[in-house]
Amino acid sequence: MASTATTADAGPVFYLEEEHAHAEGGSTMLGFWLYLMSDCLIFAMLFAAFGVLGGNYAAGPAPKDLFDLGLVAVNTTMLLLSSITYGFAMLTMDKGRVGATQAWLGVTMLFGLAFLSIELYEFAHMIHEGATPQRSAFLSSFFTLVGTHGLHVTFGIVWMVTLMVQVARHSLIEANRRRLMCLSMFWHFLDVVWIGVFTFVYLMGTLR
Amino acid sequence: MSAHDHAGHDHAHGGAAHGSLKGYLIGFFLSVILTAIPFWMVMTGAIDNKQATAVIVMAFAAVQIIVHMVFFLHMTPASEGGWSMLALIFTVILVVIVLSGSLWVMYHLNANMMPGLHEMRQMP
Repeated sequence: MASTATTADAGPVFYLEEEHAHAEGGSTMLGFWLYLMSDCLIFAMLFAAFGVLGGNYAAGPAPKDLFDLGLVAVNTTMLLLSSITYGFAMLTMDKGRVGATQAWLGVTMLFGLAFLSIELYEFAHMIHEGATPQRSAFLSSFFTLVGTHGLHVTFGIVWMVTLMVQVARHSLIEANRRRLMCLSMFWHFLDVVWIGVFTFVYLMGTLR
Repeated sequence: MSAHDHAGHDHAHGGAAHGSLKGYLIGFFLSVILTAIPFWMVMTGAIDNKQATAVIVMAFAAVQIIVHMVFFLHMTPASEGGWSMLALIFTVILVVIVLSGSLWVMYHLNANMMPGLHEMRQMP
């Protein structure tokens, strides 16, 4: 408590008599949120670059020729499903059920892997057709933006495997709960970014 | 939302509410609808006007982002003593400036730099 009480012989005291007791990791959530916000700015730059360059095909393929919206819809479904299964993992974590938490994390990881596989298939297909990142400014910015998102998902999966090992070793201790909550924010944040990607890149690109 | 608030109270020590099964299911249901309609609109060309379709698709994305923020990321004005909301507002302002600024400037740059036939003929 800030002490500004004056006593008869001492002047006003302007210091904290005692620190608040900070639980370990008490500010981790806020710190991680700030990281996510800075990550958000990275994506904002990439979206801006795509918005500016997305129409420069250099006589190369346009979004209409390249994008398979059916595939993108399946991909979006994978990410949405992984979001809800991670939510279930958090709910079972609240109840302290280690096995169920691990199972839901495993399911989430599988959906994440499915998302990545479909995305890599799409990239490989495009590159096979000659739509490489070097082809046009549109494709450069497309691969940078969507690739950065895919890279985030990849690291999210690596993190998830790490935490599954941690939970298997140490069970759901306080530190592991905190880590799982951070990953939860990261994972749902990636889903939010994907909403931007499928709207601005795929849907609007096809409309263009 | 009352169930959601309850869960938040029980785990207030964790810093953030984890939400409830009901909250996650509502969020999932809403986001499925908000994803399916834009895809359906673009894939079938339900509306002939591309401009209108684009505006509607963007509106759906904006709503879906809010749905994810509320039901999956459990953003409330009160979480972390209001600091996470403040950081979010700051970020949104920066994102809007970056996106609208880039698009606006570059659009006009493109429009003015385009060497149309009209200007070329008038060149000395």
